[in-house]
Amino acid sequence: MAKKEYSFYPGCSSQKGASAANYMVSVDAMCEELDVQLNEIPDWNCCAASIGYAGGGELPRLAMSARNLALSEQANPGQDVVATCAACWLATKETQERLHEDDGLMEETNQALSAAGLNVKADQNVRHMVEVLIEDFGYDELGKHVKRPLEGIKIAGYVGCQTNRPFGIDGESYENPKYLDKLVETMGAEPIESYEKKVQCCGGALAFSEQDKSHELIKGIIEAAYDGGADMIVTPCPLCQANVELYQDHINAKYNTKFKMPVVYYSTLMSVAYGKDAKQAGLNGQIIKAKQLEEIAGK
Amino acid sequence: MSNLNTEMIEKYRNNFLKEVTANVEEGEWVKMCMQCGVCSGSCPFGPHWDHPPQELFMMIRAGKREEVLTSSSMWMCTSCYNCIVRCPRGLPITHIMHGLAHYADRLGMAPKEQPTMKFAHKFWDNIVKNGRVNELKLSLGVYFMNGIAEGIKTSLKMQAVGLGMYKAKRLNPMEFFGGHTVKDKSGMQAIIEKAKEIEEAKIKKFEG
Amino acid sequence: MSDEKKIGTYICKGCGIGDRINTSQMATIAERECKSNVTKEHDFLCSAEGVKMIQDDIDNDGVNHVAIVACSRRAKTEAFNLENVAITRGNIREGVLWVRPDTDEAQETTQEMAEDYTRMAVFEVGAMNIPQTSGQSEGRKNLLVVGGGVSGMTAAVEAAKAGYASTLVEKTGSLGGAAAKAWKRIPEHTPYADPEDTGVAELIAAVEASDKIEVHLNSTITKTSGAPGRFSADITTESGSTTTENFGAIIQTSGYTEYDANQLPHLGYGKSKNVVTQAELDAMALEANGGPIKNADGKEVQSVVFIQCAGQRSEEEGHLPYCSGHCCLTSIKQAMYFKDNNPDIDTTVMFSDLRTPGAGGEDFYRSGQDKGVIFTKGIASEVTDSGGGCTVKFKDLILDEETTADADLVVLATGQVANAGVDIDEVPQDEPGQWEVSVDSILNMDYRQGKDVPQLRHGFNDSHFICFPYETRRTGIYAAGPVRRPMDMLQAKEDATGAALKAIQAAENADLGRAAHPRSGDLSFPSFRKEGCTQCKRCTVECPFGAIDEDEERYPLFNEARCRRCGTCMGACPVRVISFENYSVDTVGNQIKNVEMPDEFDEKPRILVLACENDAYPALDMAAMKGNEYSAFARVIPIRCLGSTNLIWVTDALNSGYDGVVLMGCQKGENYQCHFVKGSEIANVRMSKVDDTLQSLSLEPERVATYEVAITDIERAPQLINDMAETIEKIGMSPFKF
Repeated sequence: MAKKEYSFYPGCSSQKGASAANYMVSVDAMCEELDVQLNEIPDWNCCAASIGYAGGGELPRLAMSARNLALSEQANPGQDVVATCAACWLATKETQERLHEDDGLMEETNQALSAAGLNVKADQNVRHMVEVLIEDFGYDELGKHVKRPLEGIKIAGYVGCQTNRPFGIDGESYENPKYLDKLVETMGAEPIESYEKKVQCCGGALAFSEQDKSHELIKGIIEAAYDGGADMIVTPCPLCQANVELYQDHINAKYNTKFKMPVVYYSTLMSVAYGKDAKQAGLNGQIIKAKQLEEIAGK
Repeated sequence: MSNLNTEMIEKYRNNFLKEVTANVEEGEWVKMCMQCGVCSGSCPFGPHWDHPPQELFMMIRAGKREEVLTSSSMWMCTSCYNCIVRCPRGLPITHIMHGLAHYADRLGMAPKEQPTMKFAHKFWDNIVKNGRVNELKLSLGVYFMNGIAEGIKTSLKMQAVGLGMYKAKRLNPMEFFGGHTVKDKSGMQAIIEKAKEIEEAKIKKFEG
Repeated sequence: MSDEKKIGTYICKGCGIGDRINTSQMATIAERECKSNVTKEHDFLCSAEGVKMIQDDIDNDGVNHVAIVACSRRAKTEAFNLENVAITRGNIREGVLWVRPDTDEAQETTQEMAEDYTRMAVFEVGAMNIPQTSGQSEGRKNLLVVGGGVSGMTAAVEAAKAGYASTLVEKTGSLGGAAAKAWKRIPEHTPYADPEDTGVAELIAAVEASDKIEVHLNSTITKTSGAPGRFSADITTESGSTTTENFGAIIQTSGYTEYDANQLPHLGYGKSKNVVTQAELDAMALEANGGPIKNADGKEVQSVVFIQCAGQRSEEEGHLPYCSGHCCLTSIKQAMYFKDNNPDIDTTVMFSDLRTPGAGGEDFYRSGQDKGVIFTKGIASEVTDSGGGCTVKFKDLILDEETTADADLVVLATGQVANAGVDIDEVPQDEPGQWEVSVDSILNMDYRQGKDVPQLRHGFNDSHFICFPYETRRTGIYAAGPVRRPMDMLQAKEDATGAALKAIQAAENADLGRAAHPRSGDLSFPSFRKEGCTQCKRCTVECPFGAIDEDEERYPLFNEARCRRCGTCMGACPVRVISFENYSVDTVGNQIKNVEMPDEFDEKPRILVLACENDAYPALDMAAMKGNEYSAFARVIPIRCLGSTNLIWVTDALNSGYDGVVLMGCQKGENYQCHFVKGSEIANVRMSKVDDTLQSLSLEPERVATYEVAITDIERAPQLINDMAETIEKIGMSPFKF
């Protein structure tokens, strides 16, 4: 297969020393194996995520994503925009689609962008990395690169919200998307297909502002993974990963549980299966260590 | 009461539905709700809403302006989009909730101590300033947003988390002194300012 | 045709019958025991060659009674559609082959089964006569349409398009009915966004332009008599002059009356002038002619509240228990009268459940919302006059609070009450000789059972809302529009079109002497032996279709074309004088009697199964197709309806040594599935007396079982037979084997 190139929007959490820095590490390793070149959008900014709405009105928020699209069009013309963060993808895709549909909005947005000498056409597709894997490679092709199948590991595919709704991955259902299960299977591990909380919200950004309420949701997500017999949880979303991994001690203290469930990214699994070492796979970024993956990576 | 609020009350008299239709993001959809309640049943924070979306829509139609705008309810939205994909009428409910929250905030009617509102403001200020999220400052800001004492308590509680993240190279204390930013800060800020300006002009101009 | 019966028995060896069953033994039995005149076996009887063999015998050999011993009577009906002969079928394939295992042990009882079905078929056909039409029909094909609203006019126009003339009788001085009093109608076309013109003027123009439609205004029907193909109706004008005309069939489109809102004082009707009904609002809109609508105080209405389900869907005394179906859409339509005129008028529709049926219903609802009509889920408890307007007290069901709304006008969505004439269950027919015209009646029928078409539920003229639309329990008389069930204009037009086609079919069938649904095509009709009749009137009372009148001497008078051929009269007759040419006490009795009865010590019980041909028999056939086995001791006889079951069959069976009797009919009662409406119910009443018979014979009551069987009961129907076999095993063999 020829090298594939994409206009890449990493997002704030993927930066060095940020909460999903390990995601980026494993994405790099995975892309190296798949011969994917990610061309970072120069000087990209935050997408305003799903929580920007209090301070930022509709147009300012759209304008922020539009700035990224404009910069992408300049630097990486003809390439699809790819994001690894669910919220980044959602906000950027929504902006692209709405600008495309609504001429008035397009005009206003460009009026705003002109303040920095920019202009947007919004003609690049905005895709999540998972879409690239499934649609541009396919499970069969992804499977061919597996060097160390993740045999014997039971993994709950926690899809969460924003890669699933409102856009979702083409061909998947909102209520029971299967793509993570299929990816897990492709990597030689065993998916927990009956995982009950696969599309349950983790509280998202409200894990900061409404901790107790969010912890209750997170508890359910982890509990269901244990109930299904999972060794670990896999997710495509940085906020899901952080929320589900980071608060386990708090939840244990509050609910008298003994959770110690590793939460990894699909790209972590793939990097390990593709023969990368623990560091390349971002395993040292795990706060709850994924020991089974470390063992395979250490072989 | 903010000036904008008085202005809007003046302008729309007792037709709150019209006001929402005109001024709230995706507000023109509110009248299309058929009161099935699927949104309320689908919300992960459902039990914590004083008035779930279905009820908010009905209150808007019933003209309960004050009650809606001062409600904490729409600030409970986690942006999970479950309501959107399940709504049989295709209402963009998540966006309407964001829109209502923003509008209430803009009119100065949002409950003063609403934690998500405060967090959302910090988030916005944070990104407007640097163009990118400064996770450390944001977190600390959030922990201290309820005052110093509360902040220290929360910080201590979160210390282990922070330490874990630091060890995993997922938290950088140096961010406190700068951290990630866009290069063209002034350009980005100019864009946001301009966008704001356009929006302000629109809300004033609109003749109900 | 010679009067002499010549029986031909034709045994098929195809579909594996010949492989497992000794057909030559069956042929021998037909010849020797049953005195079949011609007996032939064939490898593939339903093939062109096989059918030709039979037809040749009919044409050249004088065979006029045919027993086809092959597959179920429900299979190969096209191939074995032989004319001008009496015909029956012995069911070897579905009745024997497919319900028995292909094993050595089973072989003997399987063969016995096949032999019995051969005997039954030949003896049955031997007791038949060749069905012939009565010749009663006068061959009339024109239609009488009673009611000149949208339904009636549509029926007449549609019939005219199909080439049939009709006479349209309207009570008032003009055509158009309720629809003519409306400003607009609920939309019938995409995008279903706005009210449409009613279309009544065009419909009236089409009626007036047609040379096939004759209109009588200011007229009512003062007498209806006869039967399909020969109805006679007196059409009387307001001034009292009467003309008598003849018709092939009748369509009743007498419509509805709006529920009397005076029964809703709590909703302010009659107390405040600004509380009106939907019909009244349409009249106001008609008057406003597109301009602003004014309330009773002359004020242009700026706010209006529609209260749905006013006096409907309510168990309260005097209220309508049902939903009238159109009112939600009508309120949306009427709210648009205001919104389309001035979008600033506040319109609120107060509902508990919004129902918008039909293809465009949901779109119209959305359009209403889009235009700014407010839909409030709430229940109004009180409407009071507020001087120049009204205050509606209501409970908001979403916000869960008692609250009020002020409005210049309140509209009550009251329901439809059918103009269904007199309820014949409450008002019996006048005694013969004392018959009088009733002003309350729509059709003033002289039928023995009453003056109007029977009502099904809530006073609507129908016989089954789902399975047999437009069919009433009076053959050749069809109900369409809101007299049949509550509905809107579009549904009424579809109804009227369907009813017109059914009416044409009824007239054409009557002309040919054929039965209507469900035994369509049947040429047989009931007759009775006058000498034996005791004038007990059971037949005239029990006939589900009111087909039997009484003559001057009080003997039953059968009206062939009114008859659906169910045989309920035959089952009812205590002296067994009623019969059809091809279905009689003897045709079934012969089958029962000629089953070979093994003696008590053979351990081979016999179970008689009388199975309704509409549901139970097909269920058994389908069970056979699936290979669901049942007892080899069962002998199944299809009957037209459980209502045709004469107690003598059961008594004879028990007397002659049957060990058990299983009766299978359709579901009875309120949600009946009986194709003859009342047949299975009547049979059930009759069977309640079977215990006396059992007692007099000192037999266990378990030996007779009556079941309701649905066509889908393909697992259960065979199981019921097996249950009886088990019961017999427990209680032992019948002592009546001689």
